[in-house]
Amino acid sequence: MNPILEVKNLNYIYSAGTPFEHKALDNVSFAVSRGEFIGIIGHTGSGKSTLMQQLNGLLKPTSGEVLLDGTDIWSDKKLTRQARFRVGLVFQYPEYQLFEETVYKDIAFGPKNMGLSPEEIDRRVREAAGFVGITEEQLKVSPFDLSGGQKRRVAIAGVIAMEPEVLILDEPTAGLDPVGRAGILSNIEQYRRAKNATIMMVSHSMEDVARLTDRLLVMNGSKLAMDAPPAQVFDRAGELKDMGLSIPQVTEVFLGLQQLGVDVKNVYTIDQAVAELKRLKGGAAHA
Amino acid sequence: MLKDITLGQYFPGNSPIHRLDPRTKLIMLVVYIVALFLAKSWVSYAVMLVFLLTAIKISTIPPKSILRGMKPLVMILVFTGVLNLFFTRDGRTLVNIADFIIITEGGLTRAVFMMARILMLITGTFLLTYTTSPISLTDGLEALLNPLKKLHVPVHELSMMMCIALRFIPTLIEETDKIMSAQKARGADFENGSLMERARALIPILVPLFIGAFRRADELATAMECRCYQGGEGRTKMKLLRYRRNDMVTFGIGIVLTVLVIVLASFGL
Repeated sequence: MNPILEVKNLNYIYSAGTPFEHKALDNVSFAVSRGEFIGIIGHTGSGKSTLMQQLNGLLKPTSGEVLLDGTDIWSDKKLTRQARFRVGLVFQYPEYQLFEETVYKDIAFGPKNMGLSPEEIDRRVREAAGFVGITEEQLKVSPFDLSGGQKRRVAIAGVIAMEPEVLILDEPTAGLDPVGRAGILSNIEQYRRAKNATIMMVSHSMEDVARLTDRLLVMNGSKLAMDAPPAQVFDRAGELKDMGLSIPQVTEVFLGLQQLGVDVKNVYTIDQAVAELKRLKGGAAHA
Repeated sequence: MLKDITLGQYFPGNSPIHRLDPRTKLIMLVVYIVALFLAKSWVSYAVMLVFLLTAIKISTIPPKSILRGMKPLVMILVFTGVLNLFFTRDGRTLVNIADFIIITEGGLTRAVFMMARILMLITGTFLLTYTTSPISLTDGLEALLNPLKKLHVPVHELSMMMCIALRFIPTLIEETDKIMSAQKARGADFENGSLMERARALIPILVPLFIGAFRRADELATAMECRCYQGGEGRTKMKLLRYRRNDMVTFGIGIVLTVLVIVLASFGL
């Protein structure tokens, strides 16, 4: 299958030609397919946020290409604008960008900018609200009367309503309580299933990315350091720690068990850990 | 981008001028401006210019950055020059085109004088803001305005407000940048369309920006109260302002400069 989004030899330099010159992306290349769930991890300042803004044409690469469905998004002005809609970008703390009088109007802002018909806008707003669990009643209230978690959902719905083929989220669960976190993560997963959309999620929670993603992109010092399934990435625990990253706690515990001589495999999620412990217990009972 | 705008334009350094008490610098600026308006002749302007150039030299501020700061003011300068040049009728006529455009000797001198005055006025002010951090500037202002407290002017509160405003300018610029990117990601278009459309396109930026500013103000107020802030009453300072020998020398120079200009003026120079 052809990749939906591909970047080739992407370089980006901030304030080029001044004393503040800083290379934020250094020869980054990767491709993602439809329906994939990708996690992006990396230390603060490793170039994650810059990379995200390249993918929907907010920042223009210093050199290199961003291909959406095989065409360079910078080859034509119209394509660049199209890329904004086809690649949805949810920034960190998106609730601070709400501005409309009602939740409905705020979610409709993106579709309206796309120039869709009123009926289509209405359909999309209601569908997007459904994905994030915003009720009919809540659509009529001011977004500023909602709780923090609900505001975050509204802001995400505002991007989902554009029905992007690739949805990029920068730490969508930052600052939320455990229930809020779980809710938003399952909303994102629902959207992916329903639309066969590609999800790219920046996260600092190794547990979340281990559980949800098919593939991890690890950014380090403006370079793409690793591009592999979570299991393979977390097997390189030493390298990750050198980059200021970590591995899921449960993986750490099981590595400790191995060092104590307990015969367990590497695990990355709680579910795997439970299965492994059951196997161990079952095995012990048989012996 | 927005980030490239320099605000407050403080130029960190450790020259004798940087080290002067902010009060001294503020007073000297006033003295300098008064002297500038007293100056009436080429001789006295030359004296002022020597003083100004020496001060810039001592401050180690690169003249280039002072020139760069002048750019937005070119229009005002040209405007002043042109007005004085064409509308002063004094002395011998130099150019006369169809009795419509008349340039006189008096007009020419006046134009040059006015432009020189404005240029030197602004450069002097720049020297103050370039060598004094916003914090110590507000500190100095507060100390100088202190006598007004007797008249129940809330001097401390005013300077605190100024200080906070200056502190939040970079924060707000950063915030604006973020909000703009986020709305662009939802297809907002700030570059195209009629004037009305563009004005309307600002709403999605301004509303979150204002809400954010109020939220920040609220948080800052709470944080200040948590540290038991209660205004200027009985408040002590970490950095005490104290006049040193250099400040005295500077005041001396200021007095000499003023006297010199007045004496020169009394001789008709």
